Amino acid sequence: MLNTVLLEVGQTGYGLAAIGAGLAAMGAGIGIGQIGKGAVEAIARQPEAMNDIRANMILTAALVEGAAFFAIVIGMLVVFIK
Amino acid sequence: MITATKTNLKYTLTALFLAVFAIFTASANPEESEKSEKFDAGKMIIEHITDGHEWHILGEDKGIVAIPLPVIIYSDKGLDVFSSGKFEHGTASYVGKYNYKLNETGEVVVVNDAQQIDEAATKKLWDFSITKNVASLLLSAFLLLYVFLTVAATYKRNPNVAPKGMQSFVEPIILFIRDDVAKNSIGPKYLKFMPYLLTVFFFILFNNLLGMIPVFPGGANLTGNIAVTMVLAVITFIIVTVNGNKHYWGHILAMPGVPKWVLIILTPIEIFGVFLRPSVLMIRLFANMLAGHIIPLALFALIFIFAAMNIGLGMGVSVLSVAFAVFMGLLELLVAFIQAYVFTLLSAIYFGAAVEEAHSHDESIV
Repeated sequence: MLNTVLLEVGQTGYGLAAIGAGLAAMGAGIGIGQIGKGAVEAIARQPEAMNDIRANMILTAALVEGAAFFAIVIGMLVVFIK
Repeated sequence: MITATKTNLKYTLTALFLAVFAIFTASANPEESEKSEKFDAGKMIIEHITDGHEWHILGEDKGIVAIPLPVIIYSDKGLDVFSSGKFEHGTASYVGKYNYKLNETGEVVVVNDAQQIDEAATKKLWDFSITKNVASLLLSAFLLLYVFLTVAATYKRNPNVAPKGMQSFVEPIILFIRDDVAKNSIGPKYLKFMPYLLTVFFFILFNNLLGMIPVFPGGANLTGNIAVTMVLAVITFIIVTVNGNKHYWGHILAMPGVPKWVLIILTPIEIFGVFLRPSVLMIRLFANMLAGHIIPLALFALIFIFAAMNIGLGMGVSVLSVAFAVFMGLLELLVAFIQAYVFTLLSAIYFGAAVEEAHSHDESIV
């Protein structure tokens, strides 16, 4: 009985890892979307600062993506480590 | 009249181009796919992103073309050096000081006469082999040395002459790191950290770019290997710890200007942060590069998965797959530069925090 329960948990693990990866993508999307919003509004206010704003936007996007990648790495661990 | 024929020409050329593309990608014969085993996408992806004892160039099964790299094993019985060709791509075993064989994940294990893995003996092995990642590392180290020693020698020979050739490619990047990264983040003491920052930037950049080239000598997933990024993060951590001054450690262990009861919560969090920041550096670079490798591999695996169902479907998917993979490849090119820049920038920021002198704001605020 415990064996079948554990087998169920094994398969559920893969499904939950996939949901986790999806949530991570959603989080990254929202975060980077807000960065983009702030950057575009700032450029609209002051077009001369476009280069500085673009550089900061790309840098901040890389940092936010780092957080999303944490969740992806955990998902990969679930799938690939027995 | 003229615009109509130009549009017609454009449409005909596009259709012709797509047809040629589709024909070339459909060269897999349907008979062969029934004879060989079913395509395993997971196995193909894992093979391409993990380390191995041979550098695979093309083909598989009978027609495989790969460079056998040396296997160097040190155990309690002594040193064994031999070519990984002796393993016959994982099928044969080699008798040195022990009876060696490759297991399913490509690692060297000890087997007994019945070809069963001997766990106790395997634990005694120290594997110092030149694997694919090590060979790629040596190649990129050689490339870095060649580029920068040449450029440095040119500067020393003609000190006040306008740069040309390789110099004019490398100089703006070095100045960018010195001015926008080091001086801004570290302040007046930036010169001490410049060698490390430049090295880590160009090392990560060269390895990221080499990993994107699909053919030998590129294509080894070095920066997507967590051991490599861990070493880089550990070196940053060591530099920060060694160069931390009293002001830095004071801020971590007993942040000035906060009530005593807050310190009970704050100090463990700060100490955790000291170890967390290099770990995040490690994971960020590793995950970005690993994802950058998995995406084109998954897209190409999709072609073969669909082709196994129906060869025409495979042809159609291949056009979309290749187009999407090219687009993602361009994005990954940008990511290669950005990740090298972010690693260097964050290392510089941590160095700056470590050597920062006390300001007047550290005293309690009104």
